[in-house]
Amino acid sequence: MRFQLSEDQRALRAGVRELLARRFDAEALRAAVGRPGLDRALWRELGEAGFFALRLPEADGGVGLGLPEAVLAFEEAGRALLPGPLIATHLAAGSVPGAAAGETVVADVDGGLVEWLADADVVRGGGARLPRPEVSGEPGEPGKPGKPGEPGEPGEPKGAVPLRSVDPLTPLHRWTGGAAWPPDPVAVLLTAAEQLGTATRVCELAVQHARTREQFGQPIGAFQAIKHLCAGMLVRAETARAAVYAAAVTADPLDIAAARLLADEAALRSTRDCLQVHGGMGFTWESEVHLHLKRAWVRAQRGGGDTESEESLAAELVD
Amino acid sequence: MDLADTSEEREFRARLREWLAKTLPTLGPKPSPDDWPGRRAHDLGWQRMLYDAGYAGLHWPTDAGGRGATPTRHLIFLEETERAGAPYVGAGFVGLLHAGPTIAAEGTAGQRARWLPPILRGEEVWCQGFSEPDAGSDLAALRTRAWRDGDDYVVSGSKIWTSHAEVADWCELLVRTDPAAAKHRGITWLALPMDAPGITVRPLRTLAGSAEFAEVFLDEVRVPVANRVGDENDGWRVTMVTLSFERGTAFVGEVVACRRVLGQLAREARRNGSWDDPVLRRRLGRLNAEFRALWRLTQWNVSEAQASGGVPGVGGSVFKLRYSQARQELYDAAATVLGDAALDLDRPWVLDRLSSLSYTIAAGTSQIQHNIVAERILGLPKGR
Repeated sequence: MRFQLSEDQRALRAGVRELLARRFDAEALRAAVGRPGLDRALWRELGEAGFFALRLPEADGGVGLGLPEAVLAFEEAGRALLPGPLIATHLAAGSVPGAAAGETVVADVDGGLVEWLADADVVRGGGARLPRPEVSGEPGEPGKPGKPGEPGEPGEPKGAVPLRSVDPLTPLHRWTGGAAWPPDPVAVLLTAAEQLGTATRVCELAVQHARTREQFGQPIGAFQAIKHLCAGMLVRAETARAAVYAAAVTADPLDIAAARLLADEAALRSTRDCLQVHGGMGFTWESEVHLHLKRAWVRAQRGGGDTESEESLAAELVD
Repeated sequence: MDLADTSEEREFRARLREWLAKTLPTLGPKPSPDDWPGRRAHDLGWQRMLYDAGYAGLHWPTDAGGRGATPTRHLIFLEETERAGAPYVGAGFVGLLHAGPTIAAEGTAGQRARWLPPILRGEEVWCQGFSEPDAGSDLAALRTRAWRDGDDYVVSGSKIWTSHAEVADWCELLVRTDPAAAKHRGITWLALPMDAPGITVRPLRTLAGSAEFAEVFLDEVRVPVANRVGDENDGWRVTMVTLSFERGTAFVGEVVACRRVLGQLAREARRNGSWDDPVLRRRLGRLNAEFRALWRLTQWNVSEAQASGGVPGVGGSVFKLRYSQARQELYDAAATVLGDAALDLDRPWVLDRLSSLSYTIAAGTSQIQHNIVAERILGLPKGR
């Protein structure tokens, strides 16, 4: 057993972090919030860097790496709040032309919601290409609600209704196509990796703030009430990390389900605690904290939420 | 990242399994919790079997009589013995995990020769005299005094939370030898023979109703200066060396056991119908995720310790915080499954639920652990 990251894996993680720091820094994040829509140039750069082709065999023009490396890359994407249908496009590499290179943007239907539908060149459900869905209504309008929850046939989408997304960096459509596809376990794992990145990042943000913000004549991080919030964030992130990395190694569906539950919990609770540590500033639009919190909410809802993972882990106990 | 056994680890695991399957049926029945002499004999008997088979002191350095096993191999040992239902160290706990490693690291050749072999062979039991009524989380505030008188120290004071005091041969004792010095600098580590005149042991009944701990009163007890490990007034450092033997393996067996209990709990829920409640079912599903994650965290910490040559990582406090809470949640879930029966002390898991309440207090309260994580890992400033 050698659970730690290999030298190559460390280098890969550092490389992705460096790329994102250069191409999607705090200023770019601000700009993206003010200007909705996908940055196609950045998308192509991600493609060139191998972000989408990471797991594609070298013989097929990919990087030929595995799930652990993909998890490390998506953890970095989560940390940086990188926008776009990253997982859908990554999963489409090798089967949708142009996806691997970052030329094609792919959106996935995996539950009641679709991310980035309007910007996508290709829409897929259950790994198969869908006809372009009819979009009705405008965000904020009731639109034509369709019949959510009523099962239809895969491949026969009826449409999609835009909604005013809580996350300014993730446009959302409500899927009214009727059909629902079970989420791809790899998509679940990569979402968990993104949540882990968020959980780690907000812990760092909270600690930075607690070290520098002074009240009552000392850094607020000297108060145990603040310390314990920060320590709790680290505990959640590190426990989730062990679960997520292990699932990346085993690719076992139950390990992935466990990773998802731990990572969602870490991201959801730690973004809240980060906001709390930031006090009033954390409640402002200007602060970065709300972007992490809202993205964590969006990711936690993928595939219809946590219920399926909880049920599969419960079922295992009585098998 | 690799979770698979190496070929040597695989071979070690297979040999251990074979030995456990052969040996465990020869072990006598577990004595009742109140039968202290019986528990001592049972635990030491098991230690002797381990010794004869070459498994005693697996994680101790070879020059201390141990096997010098890597943290990973130690993890396999703890995992397999728990899976097989073998006893845990029991009465051997302090000797094998605290006092022994301290003597191995800081003792003279004569002290090592005197004290270490009987620990490994399962002949002598050690207890721990660290905490005091007024020195709990603030251990360095301890006040048990020791004066030099010729070739002896004369010790007076009281200790608390001492497990196995009734059946111990020795006590690793922290005493104050310089009351004028700063609190961490006036402490000395002594090996106290438990049959010395002036020692009174009073069992301490816990909220679970059993006497797992004792108070130890010391009234002018004479301890030879030769029993001092390390220098006078250097006992705090000597004691902290002990803690560095903790390599993330302290709760391995317990995590394995908790996963087994969780399975039993789910089967009981299915039997009594509470499994039909999706809220309960999902709660158990979440606990499954939790204990799987704790197992992975154990593997992570052990792997880190292995890579750093046995030096413990920062993962110990993180693990303990999460595990102690998960254990309490597990037995709270058990109470939900049991319903009214959760109030019946004769039902399984009811006493375990009570015992689980100590986990967020013993060996560093969760509040102290949060401080450790915040100050030592996250680098937040010390303060109030």
